[in-house]
Amino acid sequence: MLFFESIRLALNTIRAQKLKSFFTLLGVCIGVMFLIAVVSIVEGMGRYMEQDLIGKLIGVNSFELRHRPNINMGDVDPSVWESYRRRPRLYHDDVTPVVEALPEGTRWAIVSDNNLPVSSRYSGGPRNAQISAIEGEFFAIRKFVVAEGREFTPQELAMGTPVVIVGPDIVKRLFPGLNAIGRELRMGGLPYTVVGVLETQGSAFGLSFDNQVFAPWQSPVHRLLNRVPSIIDAVIVQVPTASQMTEAQERVRQVMRTRHKLRPGQPDNFSLQTSESALAFWNKLKRYLVLAGIALPAIGLVVGAIVIMNIMLVAVAERTREIGIRKALGARRVDILSQFLIEAATLSTVGAAVGIALGVGLAKVIAAISPLPATVAPWSIVVGVALGAGVGIISGVYPASRASMLDPIAALRQE
Amino acid sequence: MSQSTEAEVGTSTTAERQAVTSQPGVTPSRDWVIVTRGIKREYDMGGEIVRALRGVDIAIRRNEYVAIMGPSGSGKSTLMNLVGCLDTPTAGEYWLNGNLVSSMKDDELARIRNKEIGFVFQTFNLLPRATALHNVELPLVYAGMSAKQRRETAAYALERVQLTSRMHHKPNELSGGQRQRVAIARALVNSPSILLADEPTGNLDSATSQEIMKVFEELAEQGQTVIMVTHEADIAAHARRVVALHDGQVSSDTRRERFVRENEQVIAAKQ
Ligand SMILES: Nc1ncnc2c1ncn2[C@@H]1O[C@H](COP(=O)(O)OP(=O)(O)O)[C@@H](O)[C@H]1O
Ligand SMILES: [Mg+2]
Repeated sequence: MLFFESIRLALNTIRAQKLKSFFTLLGVCIGVMFLIAVVSIVEGMGRYMEQDLIGKLIGVNSFELRHRPNINMGDVDPSVWESYRRRPRLYHDDVTPVVEALPEGTRWAIVSDNNLPVSSRYSGGPRNAQISAIEGEFFAIRKFVVAEGREFTPQELAMGTPVVIVGPDIVKRLFPGLNAIGRELRMGGLPYTVVGVLETQGSAFGLSFDNQVFAPWQSPVHRLLNRVPSIIDAVIVQVPTASQMTEAQERVRQVMRTRHKLRPGQPDNFSLQTSESALAFWNKLKRYLVLAGIALPAIGLVVGAIVIMNIMLVAVAERTREIGIRKALGARRVDILSQFLIEAATLSTVGAAVGIALGVGLAKVIAAISPLPATVAPWSIVVGVALGAGVGIISGVYPASRASMLDPIAALRQE
Repeated sequence: MSQSTEAEVGTSTTAERQAVTSQPGVTPSRDWVIVTRGIKREYDMGGEIVRALRGVDIAIRRNEYVAIMGPSGSGKSTLMNLVGCLDTPTAGEYWLNGNLVSSMKDDELARIRNKEIGFVFQTFNLLPRATALHNVELPLVYAGMSAKQRRETAAYALERVQLTSRMHHKPNELSGGQRQRVAIARALVNSPSILLADEPTGNLDSATSQEIMKVFEELAEQGQTVIMVTHEADIAAHARRVVALHDGQVSSDTRRERFVRENEQVIAAKQ
């Protein structure tokens, strides 16, 4: 009960001396605010990278067979780049043997892409867009949803019918104010009919995923994408469960090693890229960001601790008589010690609480005005509160022990 | 013998007091609230020794109402602090309720102050930011009482000093007399063995002083042991027994009647 008593006392002090308390709490408040904001941004980016971006680039439980990795967030040195450059490309002829080697229930797709101009008679000049030639269950693997119109039929994919499915940005740019379904757009001088419009994929770091055009690989579009038309960029494989990943990868590896006539001991001259390999770099980057996110608030907290310690020393001096009275009435040393410790902790925790509120607000503002996503991590709030109380207790130890050691007679004599 | 003790509740004779103070090391019987045997208190002022108390023998029986009188600097406050367990003697024995206080440690002394002593100070010593009720609750907080029980007990103590209507006022909203009554309520709230007052009327006008003396008298009549320090003879004359201090030593220890007779002029001049 002495505990609640002390908290009540501390809150009274804050209420009675608002301005002084404000400056007392400023350091802790700013420290915790930055902690929450930075952690929120790092968390938000992390969640985005892990669930969204990477998931969109490489689907869940899936891997991509490529001649070299296309997501290179890691540091790859020049000699490795040189070896990548000399690797043989993948050709459409590779697809059938690879697909036949896959375990039962596995999904597959192929894709080639490039940035090319697209035009329509409803808009001014041609616009650049990402053009992908696909085959197989591409949309299912990537979880792309057709919002209007329909997906490609198996016949269209097999025959190479000149039809396209477009992202919402394409509709906005090439068919402003119009229903795009059934209308024509042109790529490489040839007309393609829009049969579907995708749901928006949003954007990350200012990059839109909605400026895309998909066409059957077999359609004339594949000639536009690579110098040798039969080159494909990737075979995408998705297994039903994570446990089948290794098995499927191993089978694809053996097929490709045979096709590329690699002797045992020779390294692979193709890449099997998973979302994990793309995530590895992010995890490294995240560690630096979190360190920065700790260093910045730490300065605020240290300043806050020093301020609180000084304020508490002043409080002990000002309230010497009160301490004398309390001791005369039976307060033991621990009672006085804990009273001032709890008071310091309460002060600092209130500062931390305000800092949490401001930090959450700051994270929201940053998320709103910049492309950075921000998600408030519950653990950062817990850490914020704990830091607040911790800073208070640490900075309160010295003043509180001074208070508890006061001689009651001398304390009572003080004016 | 036992009959005479019965008849004289709240009093003690010189012979009885001498008997109990002259046996070092012997635990006094339970009816003695306070027994000091040759207590000394010396202050070391950078080499120069100040002898505030030079061997004081005092015995106070349960229910006595004693004034400790003496001029300024005679050692009254020093004695009060020792009796109130705020301080420990340099030499000598101090027994409170049969417990040897003079050898106790800090936390034990705090516990004794909380349970056995009720302080009333010249300057009231109320917490300025707390209400009357909360001030009175304070000793109960350190006694570990629950909030609800604390409130009830404190409210009752305020009722005893007729301050129920001022319960939620802060000290600066109260008159001097009312503040001192809050302090008395706070001193009584833990039902202490002794009420210890150091110049309780020192900051009050004479009318208010009389009012406070009336409260003390009532408490004494109800059986409360009261020890009051004062340098004013007319205030000391309210007690049933007066111990005079001079230069750190007891110079006389008499009943009220004799004290009043010997100080008639001084007391009359004041009234
Ligand atoms: N803390 C102290 N340090 C040094 N000397 C003290 C201290 N307290 C009291 N004294 C001295 O002890 C003597 C008695 O003081 P005190 O008990 O306050 O007397 P009274 O209360 O009767 O006026 C005085 O000479 C005083 O100066
Ligand atoms: Mg004095």
